[in-house]
Amino acid sequence: MRLVSRVLLLIGLPVVLLATWWFGSAGSEDFYRPSLSSIMDAFVRTWTWDMFVQQVFPSLWRLLVGYVIAVALGVALGGLIGTYRSVRSLLEPVLEFLRAFPPPVLVPAAILLSGIGDRTKILVIVFGCVWPVLLNTIEGVRGRDEVLSDTCRSYGITGTLRLRHLVLRAASPQIMTGARQALPLAIILMVISEMMAANDGLGFTVLQFQRGFQIPEMWSGVLLLGVIGIVLSLLFRLAERSLLGWYHGQRAGQREW
Amino acid sequence: MLEVKNLHKVYDGHGRRVTAVGDLTFSVPEGQFACVVGPSGCGKTTLLRVLAGLLPATSGEVLVQRTPVTAPPPGLAVVFQEYGRSLFPWLRVRENVELPLKAQGMARSDRGALAAEALAAVGLSDAHGAYPWQLSGGMQQRVAIARAIAYQPRVLLMDEPFAAVDAQTRADLEDLVRSVWQRFGVTLLFVTHDIDEAVYLGQRVIVLSASPTTVAQDLTIDLPAERDQLTTRSDARFTELRGQVYAQIQKVKAPA
Repeated sequence: MRLVSRVLLLIGLPVVLLATWWFGSAGSEDFYRPSLSSIMDAFVRTWTWDMFVQQVFPSLWRLLVGYVIAVALGVALGGLIGTYRSVRSLLEPVLEFLRAFPPPVLVPAAILLSGIGDRTKILVIVFGCVWPVLLNTIEGVRGRDEVLSDTCRSYGITGTLRLRHLVLRAASPQIMTGARQALPLAIILMVISEMMAANDGLGFTVLQFQRGFQIPEMWSGVLLLGVIGIVLSLLFRLAERSLLGWYHGQRAGQREW
Repeated sequence: MLEVKNLHKVYDGHGRRVTAVGDLTFSVPEGQFACVVGPSGCGKTTLLRVLAGLLPATSGEVLVQRTPVTAPPPGLAVVFQEYGRSLFPWLRVRENVELPLKAQGMARSDRGALAAEALAAVGLSDAHGAYPWQLSGGMQQRVAIARAIAYQPRVLLMDEPFAAVDAQTRADLEDLVRSVWQRFGVTLLFVTHDIDEAVYLGQRVIVLSASPTTVAQDLTIDLPAERDQLTTRSDARFTELRGQVYAQIQKVKAPA
């Protein structure tokens, strides 16, 4: 019974919204606001396996590469900056300046410098996504427990062992927070960079449909992007649950005591 | 073997100089179980951190196994008061015990054997795979003790290790520490604010004065080596020694 009510709560609103859209738009004659049923028709017609190979996978590839580089870079830099005060003072002004740029503004310049290939888009994704990871990692590394640091010192746990078992693990809840904030940013930047300069990809395709007045197809692309966003965030949650099992267990335990 | 010679520690910061340790000299011979008691705020934790090489002394000298301490010395292990914060919450019990051995570059099979032996010695043979936060406070402190034993130290420092556990658990852990000390023959310095605990555990009780800290009294505890919670604590000699330490602490506390 509790399960049934939980499932109802979870899917209730989406179902109501979709139903409203479906019946509200049924029989629509408006060219720019097609009915949901015609959008769904277009969806099935448009997003064939070939289209996935030609348009969706290139987008996902850029997204993945850019995101992974951004997280790795953010963690590495954040670890350094959080550990060494001198590195922090050295880099902070520059980082503050770079952070102030809205990443899409880099697209025109990046096109000039490295063309309209994957490199430009990956660069833009990295540039936008690195900040939340970087800032959260710095906080996580700086905020680790002193008793645990003392424990490492007195037991001679140094070097890479310390990095792996103390520095990064202690910061991992914050790193994951940063990585979660970066994920939707990565999707946004992927689409924007593809709309500004590309000859394939989801952003490019949606824009092409709009320019060709293929309105239901355009909407189906928007829907697909939403679905991709949901799937990625679910995957992220699965990864987080296995990486931070100790963290959630510890917090649940503290509430009990 | 642990030697402290004219140890002096001043905290200097924010325009305020605070003398935490005035002038401290004592030594603990090889294999002795010594307890350090003192009024609260007398610099016990400062002393322990200096001994462990975690904090530099302002002047004076600390020697562990006749080697001056400038950094955390090998062959010295510490059990901290905050067991919940000194174990790695992302590692299982066994991995927690093995990590210092891994840092020494010990082979996996040797690590496993030492960890299993240490966990058995603290009565946690069936908790290898648990995470620390799945255990009670007393069990967590047992894990910390097992980690210290597995490290095979010559000198073991304990900083009020049972201050945060309930009375029942505390009595069990006191007997555990006695048995571990007898079995592994380490030099043990046990810092506590509990007079009963100090007299019950130690062969010797060092009473510290209020800050700036000096040794106010150095008392040999001539109770039999076999101790148990019931008979030892009701022993007339125990009560007498306990009274002496208590009176001394009241005396050094008075100026404040």
